[in-house]
Amino acid sequence: MAKQALSGIRVVEYGSFVSAPYCTKLMADLGAEVIKVETPDIGDESRNHGPFPNDIPHPERSGLFLYLNTSKFGITLNVKTSTGQKILKGLLKDADVFVENNTPQFMNELGLDYPSVRELNPRLIMTSITPYGQTGPYSDYKAYPINCCAIGGVSQSIGHHWREPLTAPLSMGHYQAAVSGAGATMVALLVGDATGRGQHIDISEADVWATYYVGFGITIHAFGARDSLRKGYIGGGWTYPARRVIPCKDGFMALCAPQLKQWTRFLDLMGNPEWTQEPRYRDRHAMEDDYPEEVDALLAPWFLERTKKELFELFEKNAIPFAPLYDMEDEANDPHLSERGFFATIDRDDTGTLKYPGAPYKFSKTPWALNRPAPLLGEHNEEIYCRRLGYSREDLVALRRAGVI
Amino acid sequence: MASYPLDGYRVVDFGSAWAGPQMTHIVADMGAEVIKVESRNRIDYGRMGGAASAKDLLTKTPEAIVTAAPDSLELNPVFHLLNRGKLGITVDFTKPKGADLIKELIKKSDIVADNFTPGVLDKYSLGYESLAEIKPDIIVVSLCFAGHTGPLRGTRGYAPIITALAGLDSVVGYPDETIPCGPRFAFGDHVAATHGALAMLVALIHRNRTGEGQYIDISEWEATTSLLGEPLMDYFMNGRVQGPMGNRDIGIAPHGYYPCKGKDEWVSIAIKTDDEWLDFCNATGNTSWIEDDRFSDSYSRLLHQDALDELIIQWTANYTPREVTEILQKASVAAAPFMISKQQYHDPHFRERGIVVEVDHPKSGTETFYGIPWKLSETPGGIRRSGPLLGQDNEYVFKEMLGMSQEDFDQMTEEKIIY
Repeated sequence: MAKQALSGIRVVEYGSFVSAPYCTKLMADLGAEVIKVETPDIGDESRNHGPFPNDIPHPERSGLFLYLNTSKFGITLNVKTSTGQKILKGLLKDADVFVENNTPQFMNELGLDYPSVRELNPRLIMTSITPYGQTGPYSDYKAYPINCCAIGGVSQSIGHHWREPLTAPLSMGHYQAAVSGAGATMVALLVGDATGRGQHIDISEADVWATYYVGFGITIHAFGARDSLRKGYIGGGWTYPARRVIPCKDGFMALCAPQLKQWTRFLDLMGNPEWTQEPRYRDRHAMEDDYPEEVDALLAPWFLERTKKELFELFEKNAIPFAPLYDMEDEANDPHLSERGFFATIDRDDTGTLKYPGAPYKFSKTPWALNRPAPLLGEHNEEIYCRRLGYSREDLVALRRAGVI
Repeated sequence: MASYPLDGYRVVDFGSAWAGPQMTHIVADMGAEVIKVESRNRIDYGRMGGAASAKDLLTKTPEAIVTAAPDSLELNPVFHLLNRGKLGITVDFTKPKGADLIKELIKKSDIVADNFTPGVLDKYSLGYESLAEIKPDIIVVSLCFAGHTGPLRGTRGYAPIITALAGLDSVVGYPDETIPCGPRFAFGDHVAATHGALAMLVALIHRNRTGEGQYIDISEWEATTSLLGEPLMDYFMNGRVQGPMGNRDIGIAPHGYYPCKGKDEWVSIAIKTDDEWLDFCNATGNTSWIEDDRFSDSYSRLLHQDALDELIIQWTANYTPREVTEILQKASVAAAPFMISKQQYHDPHFRERGIVVEVDHPKSGTETFYGIPWKLSETPGGIRRSGPLLGQDNEYVFKEMLGMSQEDFDQMTEEKIIY
């Protein structure tokens, strides 16, 4: 195996579902040794989420779990028992990073709050990912991803202004919090390498939405511009087509052409139909703000005669920045992604060979890799408990009987 | 200074527009010295929208714009936001002397970042291969629309096109409409920016430990698609193509935005477990719902969520989003008000957490920025200044950092190398 950027960094994950698991997957696929701690018999919530091959539910075959837990080692441990806590604390003594996404109260009750953990290992970086953070008036609020979309402000930019706002689906906020959690952890690792000191990282999903994603809206609001309120692309003020989606023969095309020359090239490509000469269709601001659907309808016949593939090639050739609206089938079969090797393949006993989405980035010297499939529940108990922590096989059996592992 | 964790690291930043500048302001917030490279021949488009309009930039030279209105490229608050904490220099690297000057700077730097279309930096011998010759451990993070290899490597695209091509738009929308509406903000740019910052830091850890630099190729498309593991796995496992579900969730009901008192006022509510359902019914005074067979467990609620939503709407309509949130959170039920930027601006939680902060700009006065969501207890970083004026740090960078004489500096300025 090629050396990887995070080789030698030891991470313990005590989390569930998406945010903490994705955060440590980002590290594991770059070479960190991640030990994932799951509750005996139950395991990570994402094991029950699916999708499942042929729609037959099975805790070892959930697509979400398999995707989010690649390259990790998995152990089972009941942290609610005192022996379980002792074992987890033992692991933390030797770790560089501890990632969790539990409520602050729960971590306190287990004696796994940051002040306690720091006493065990002052070098440890503890990364906590929660909906609203460790401090502030909402820190005790209960939340699912839709609630963080609401307070995070992201739903003001999804949907139509005459209908209900929409959430970012598929736990998208959990992923954004995970990426920020990983980034902040890297900063702390750089500090730790220089000073030998650990720290606590507090990542709030709502904060991440409210800053890197829609935070420019706060600046624009304070500046005095109107709030966008699901009315159009980035607060309006753009020219047609700022963001239009037009049906074609076999799907949809997405149009965005802020520069006049791009729009003109497109009209040339269409053969400059007569309507393009009318003053009503030369004012691109009015076209975008006041009657975009009318313009969409004028474009529609030309699009409906052509497929996504034909159109994409035409637009590519003519430097017009329009592209097809891809669904998952299009992604899976795209030749560009395939040539870049975006999809990786993993063989795992329970599922056979499956494709997985691949690297979000390509490192030239220390390649990203799916180092091993997601662990079976407790797959690495023997390796970690016996070979790493020095328990005997007999201990393992006793711990199992006692419900600790 | 100890509180700035990346103090001592230097980044040469060719970023423009959104994704590039956002990637580097993240590390500037953490204390890295980020030097933003522009020239009067190659101004960051992000400067538009203050007094300079898009039309101005297409029809006039930057010099003409600045002559007509000296501050016109210095007033866009979003440019200030995305370039906060950076130094600003102006070098025309399309001229060989300008490229040489940039190389001198890179010799003293740790990281180079750009979001050019592939090939631009190579054209001026500033690509990774050339830079590695003069600075072997340099880290280059290069992000673009479709990545630097493959048949579509030269493709340009704006943010709304990224989410379309990356598959995100196909799962964002109202299920009863034909056309998926997608997110209406620059989602793909933000995804690329945060992944770019992460990758940059990972490469820095590796370089510090081994002395090895490297090149990192980021495709905005791939970074976005990598977040769609769940629907992609469904396609790979079952050949199923998922579409938009609106506000519905496959495992949680009720789940959605419910209308409240007032115009365009909404509250988000999500109830997963039977305990949460009991608490919800009791807190809202709708104890008769507890007895209703249609809602007796999670599975039944999923089956009857249309009927459930009708009932909940009747209840939420009597309250403001804040009132609903308070009633439900007291009972440990997940609810939160739908907020727009204006409400976030005033929100006590975001103010207390430093997510809404004020920063001064020499031309614009006080502006409001989003704060730092990476909260590190010992080394929190900070926003040291607003975005740079065009070329404001030329003297510091060329004379103090690179040791250029006043005579050479004047000569370079005369020749429009420093320009």
